[in-house]
Amino acid sequence: MVDIPYDRIADIPPAEVPEVELYHPRSWWTRYVFSQDAKVIAVQYALTASAIGLVALVLSWLMRLQLGFPGTFSFIDANQYLQFITMHGMIMVIYLLTALFLGGFGNYLIPLMVGARDMVFPYVNMLSYWVYLLAVLVLASTFFVPGGPTGAGWTLYPPQAILSGTPGQDWGIILMMSSLILFIIGFTMGGLNYVVTVLQARTRGMTLMRLPLTVWGIFTATVMALLAFPALFVASVMLLLDRLLGTSFFMPSLVEMGQLSKYGGGSPLLFQHLFWFFGHPEVYIVALPAFGIVSDLISTHARKNIFGYRMMVWAIVAIGALSFLVWAHHMYVSGMFPQFGYFFATTTLIIAIPTAIKVYNWVLTLWRGDIHLRVPMLFALGFIITFVNGGLTGLFLGNVVVDVPLSDTMFVVAHFHMVMGVAPIMVVLGAIYHWYPKVTGRMLNDALGKFHFWVTFLGAYLIFFPMHYLGLLGVPRRYFELGDAAFIPPSAHSLNAFISVVALTVGFSQMVFLFNLAWSLFKGEASGGNPWRATTLEWQTPETPPGHGNWGKELPVVYRWAYDYSVPGAGEDFIPQNQPPRATQVVQGAAS
Amino acid sequence: MVVALILLLVAIGSVLFHIYSPWWWTPIATNWAYIDHTINITFWITGFVFVAVIAFMAYCVFRFHHKEGRRADYNPENKKLEWWLSVGTGVGVAAMLAPGLVVWHQFVTVPADATEVEVMGQQWQWSFRLPGKDGRLGTSDVRNISSDNPMGLNRDDPLAQDDVVIENGELHLQLGKPVKILLRSVDVLHDFYVPEFRAKMDMVPGVVTYFWIKPIRTGTFDVLCAELCGAAHYQMRAKVIVDEEREYHAWLEQQKTFAELSSGNAIVKATYQAGGK
Repeated sequence: MVDIPYDRIADIPPAEVPEVELYHPRSWWTRYVFSQDAKVIAVQYALTASAIGLVALVLSWLMRLQLGFPGTFSFIDANQYLQFITMHGMIMVIYLLTALFLGGFGNYLIPLMVGARDMVFPYVNMLSYWVYLLAVLVLASTFFVPGGPTGAGWTLYPPQAILSGTPGQDWGIILMMSSLILFIIGFTMGGLNYVVTVLQARTRGMTLMRLPLTVWGIFTATVMALLAFPALFVASVMLLLDRLLGTSFFMPSLVEMGQLSKYGGGSPLLFQHLFWFFGHPEVYIVALPAFGIVSDLISTHARKNIFGYRMMVWAIVAIGALSFLVWAHHMYVSGMFPQFGYFFATTTLIIAIPTAIKVYNWVLTLWRGDIHLRVPMLFALGFIITFVNGGLTGLFLGNVVVDVPLSDTMFVVAHFHMVMGVAPIMVVLGAIYHWYPKVTGRMLNDALGKFHFWVTFLGAYLIFFPMHYLGLLGVPRRYFELGDAAFIPPSAHSLNAFISVVALTVGFSQMVFLFNLAWSLFKGEASGGNPWRATTLEWQTPETPPGHGNWGKELPVVYRWAYDYSVPGAGEDFIPQNQPPRATQVVQGAAS
Repeated sequence: MVVALILLLVAIGSVLFHIYSPWWWTPIATNWAYIDHTINITFWITGFVFVAVIAFMAYCVFRFHHKEGRRADYNPENKKLEWWLSVGTGVGVAAMLAPGLVVWHQFVTVPADATEVEVMGQQWQWSFRLPGKDGRLGTSDVRNISSDNPMGLNRDDPLAQDDVVIENGELHLQLGKPVKILLRSVDVLHDFYVPEFRAKMDMVPGVVTYFWIKPIRTGTFDVLCAELCGAAHYQMRAKVIVDEEREYHAWLEQQKTFAELSSGNAIVKATYQAGGK
């Protein structure tokens, strides 16, 4: 028997909800700049993250120019190449994806989706953004300091990261560490807000098991980030002390440029453990919000409830918990105690099970749906393909002995770009097409959106799918030039050139998207409050875009879960979460 | 339906690419064909799942895309189906993990008859050391490193005297003899990587790491550094040559021991000083 949560939802009487005291902006400055409104802060986060993300995009073009056509571009040297890969990786993972999903989507969607007026600590929320902006500025400043940004790779492994054989050893690494420390401070202020708001500020009737999966994804990711970022924080502080004060947390006795250094007694592997204790949960800090958001995109545009909601929630929580037990799968060939391999391979492959359940439930949601192939849905489909692909190659790298030949090759680069680059960005883009009407009151242009989707999705697939095979061949990553190596045939160089051409094309197609964003802001078709006919609360606001305080005089009351699409007997194919059962009855009566 | 067709073509295209790709692993030169087999098992299982999921998705898009008057089913859960899918996934995962762990056990269990060879990494070159006639490597320490003792061997250690030291040269290995490769770095992380060997391991200053192999074919192989080690990471190269027994010993005869190199250097230094004064 199928059990239907809809039937089990008790009729909760509407209650008088007193208006919550909010800080009301008094001037243009406090309304749009030093704003305490989560929606404004969300847009600030999103714009800042996108701006620094564009820098990372340009860096990827420069890297691809070098890899595709080595020796052609004299303005790229080996040091700069390492600086490009380092900054590209760090920006994309932390300053773009983490900030955009949690600071951007989290700030915008959490209060609206749980039926709150704002985050519970609006002032701290505002500070969170300004500290984040400072972190981004410090990071960006490294392009202009003597020696340039650090070229230690985004993993910043010591001893290399702070020794003179690595570019950016002067200023770059110090500012990188400082920027990370600032980012974590800023994130913690925002993160506490998201968690407390979800736990304490849900409106009447919004039980945890009625939350949209978007909120579940962002909430779980934030809890994880609050637990994982401290590891990076202490690692950054310790590395900074090693660099500036000559401590030796991570530095054993070693020779630097032919001279015995002043360091001694530290452990480089300690840094790797700290880094990946943060770094692996970080993958899911990016992935879980994407999982949540894509569930809602699929459900809304397939006009069908998400299949197996409860299993989806538990899968998110299980993935979040398990992801703290797998970090050393990034270290199979690091020289750590080899017997650890058994444990970490087992935990890593077990994560595949809840993850696979999520994939099955997404595609089963499509089954017997009423699939509207609008742009957000296309991006959701693109996400499923790239995520399945990237997730499955994770089973190669997680299986300790298979990782041995593949680790540090282009296979790894292809894998993580597919799974935590392309796939989450598919969701980010789909989500922007989905929620742009709520943020601006206007629709994005559909034709430009479809063009953008097909070029981005097919292009990204053509970049990263063949790249796995370069890794199988044995082509190492982080190489400025492949040079002479008997095992690399000329055809591999041709493939690299092909990948570079596609990468530049996909990169430029993002300009179409940016144009669409700007053009539609003024010329886009007016969207109305609920253009996708969706059930969740953010679409039921009295104004679009929602005003300060979100809900006018009274908070909404929630009577049902977030997925009442195509309920048998109901007149419309969706029933908003705040629609009382009595009202539904009337509709049902009218329909029958 | 164009969209469904394109989605299906992505899955089919990926499979065809896999079959016809000219880029595939290098011909193996060690006993670690087990690793290749495990990769093949993983390809079969994951390939099946990939095609099944994408094909199902493409079918749904084809069959259930919006038309006037279509209404979706209301079907929140199906416990039985969800359990079967979880169990099936669990079996697939176990089928990949079990052989993986068995092969890992072999990988970390060095055979008793393996001889030792040391590889030392430094920015941005390789050095090698063989145990010499006594069959044992002497102790070393970065604090011993000097221009005439670049590997930092312990001069007071009798075991070190007959160690064969190869600076900036090629490493030869004997065909069919299991060898434990000890890995050491004197500055930053490196990684001794020979694609044809399949095995690789980071070299970490302060500790000695290792892996073991048994060469199964002769030839000359490129050594690359696989762990980012600074500006000239991509230029940190050497060669490993796998020889038949006779050629191997012929090569070994020509190599100099630590004692020979030290005294040689001492003589050079003495001559220079005498001549200079």
